[in-house]
Amino acid sequence: MSAAGATVRVGRRRSAGRSRFVARFRRRPLALIGLVGVVVVVVVALAAPLLAPYDPAASDYSAILQGPGSPGHLLGTDDLGRDVLSRLIVGSRASLTAGVFATLLALVVAVPIGMVAGYYRGWVDVIVSRVTDVVLSFPFLILAVGLAAILGPSLKNATIALAVGQLPMFVRITRGEVMGLREQEYVQAAVINGAPTRVVLRRHMLPNILSPLIVQSTVAIPGAIIGAAVLSFLGLGVQPPTAAWGTMLSQAQQYVSQAPWFAVFPGLAIAVTTLSFNLFGDGLRDVLDVRLAS
Amino acid sequence: MQWYILRRVGQSLVTLFIATIVVFVGVRALPGDAATALSAETSNPKVLQAIRQEYGLDQPVPVQYVRWLGHAIQGDLGQSPKTGISVSQTLAERLPVTLELAGLALIIALAIGLPIGILAAVRRGSVADYVASTTALVGLSVPHFWLGILFILGFAVSLQWLPASGFVPLTDPLGNLSHMAMPAVVLGIGLAAVVMRQMRSAMLESLGADFVRTARAKGMSERVVVGIHVLRNSLITVVTVVGLQLGTLISGAVITEQIFIIPGIGKLTIDSVFSRDYPSLQGVVLITATGYIVANLLVDIAYSLLNPRIRVSGGAA
Repeated sequence: MSAAGATVRVGRRRSAGRSRFVARFRRRPLALIGLVGVVVVVVVALAAPLLAPYDPAASDYSAILQGPGSPGHLLGTDDLGRDVLSRLIVGSRASLTAGVFATLLALVVAVPIGMVAGYYRGWVDVIVSRVTDVVLSFPFLILAVGLAAILGPSLKNATIALAVGQLPMFVRITRGEVMGLREQEYVQAAVINGAPTRVVLRRHMLPNILSPLIVQSTVAIPGAIIGAAVLSFLGLGVQPPTAAWGTMLSQAQQYVSQAPWFAVFPGLAIAVTTLSFNLFGDGLRDVLDVRLAS
Repeated sequence: MQWYILRRVGQSLVTLFIATIVVFVGVRALPGDAATALSAETSNPKVLQAIRQEYGLDQPVPVQYVRWLGHAIQGDLGQSPKTGISVSQTLAERLPVTLELAGLALIIALAIGLPIGILAAVRRGSVADYVASTTALVGLSVPHFWLGILFILGFAVSLQWLPASGFVPLTDPLGNLSHMAMPAVVLGIGLAAVVMRQMRSAMLESLGADFVRTARAKGMSERVVVGIHVLRNSLITVVTVVGLQLGTLISGAVITEQIFIIPGIGKLTIDSVFSRDYPSLQGVVLITATGYIVANLLVDIAYSLLNPRIRVSGGAA
């Protein structure tokens, strides 16, 4: 009886941290709205072929530049008579792919570099810091445009270019956090106990630097989504006829006076997606940032 | 203090030096052969050989780099193979246009962002704070270029208040301003959101600081506490952050100039990518990187002058 009670108590204590996290998050309605928005966009992107009413590449030349609400086309058609709603739904894939993968790629490359620089310091740190300074000295879009031009225009290359642009921020954050943790007693205890550096970094430090990295990711993903749209808009990202929000906008710009609504929906899709990520990220920051919470 | 400034200047020079290598190598990594581009796309091997010799393209890359850097330091950035005009001259014509756009955008951003940020911090948790913070987040989330298109739709196509695109030099101030109004607002709105958020959090931090408690305990009026002590301390942080937004402004200018067809360095960047005008591209990237590094340096120095705490810790490190 008492043994069972003890087990329950331990179980409760373990989930207490998580439920406090959930409770704090619940108290932020805007963050919840953001979370819902993110989930919706992700689901739409995953289920795009099932949700799109038409083939996004199918042209209907008898129905060109139809306005929203025209028969059979809820959001109208584009200059080639393709269904705008279907292209928006399928276009979510390009945006999310670029946003999420650019950030993941940046994390995978930046975190080990930042950890090594922050842990060993010395000349490794000097080199890493100078290189991040150099990358930071190029304005984000100039860097992305230059890289996309070098690598050639495609979604994959745009994603790589955006990842490179995000590297310095992640390296700096990781480096700074690891530098601070290095002086912590529990880390020094692990070192004295003979834990190999690999273990110290992976088991003792990595879990403790996740919060700031997650928060930065929620800033980086919407940034990359806009960046990908800009590159596609400029013709350096997704190539037509593939549907993407940025390419839809550059098409729409040519028909601003004939079909103004055409420019509204893709931009709205980008804005709603990035706003959802930003709202969610802001809430997450408030919840994860212990200093603010206390 | 001098030691700190010297160290920062040294770091900046190293960064700038590496940046020049990156620019040089990067431009050579672009697809297409420079000699072919210079010869107006000929395939005659003799002509190509002659061009390579004339421009030193047959030399080893490090030799080419040193020559290029030597010329660049003297302000000679080569000439555009498309127009035959020297890159320095093109930059001298286009840089002021972008600076005007960025300057106007910055004024708009400060005019919107600072008062709202202060209000949100002083009335923390109120409806005003809630509305301001959410609006700022919306401002951050809306892509510039879409906003630009919407502005053209609304103010140029529908209402016909402002010209949709193009540029008029400052010699016609009214014409200039009517063409710059929309792009400057579009570029300024995103930055206003950043300024507002920074101002709000800097004010909140200052409001919770010990010196504010002391000031209040001394019996100072709330107006003096907030208006003098908190505001001055918060502005230091915000000025720094705004100084570091130069890169964002230039990035924003690239796309804004493209939409409103403004002949600044942003449009030059995109045009030179598509016309394979590599000397121009090289020039723009070099200028923006140099400007950014210098701005960062100046911000750091200004910050260390305003905030003695940095000086001390920076000197000890």
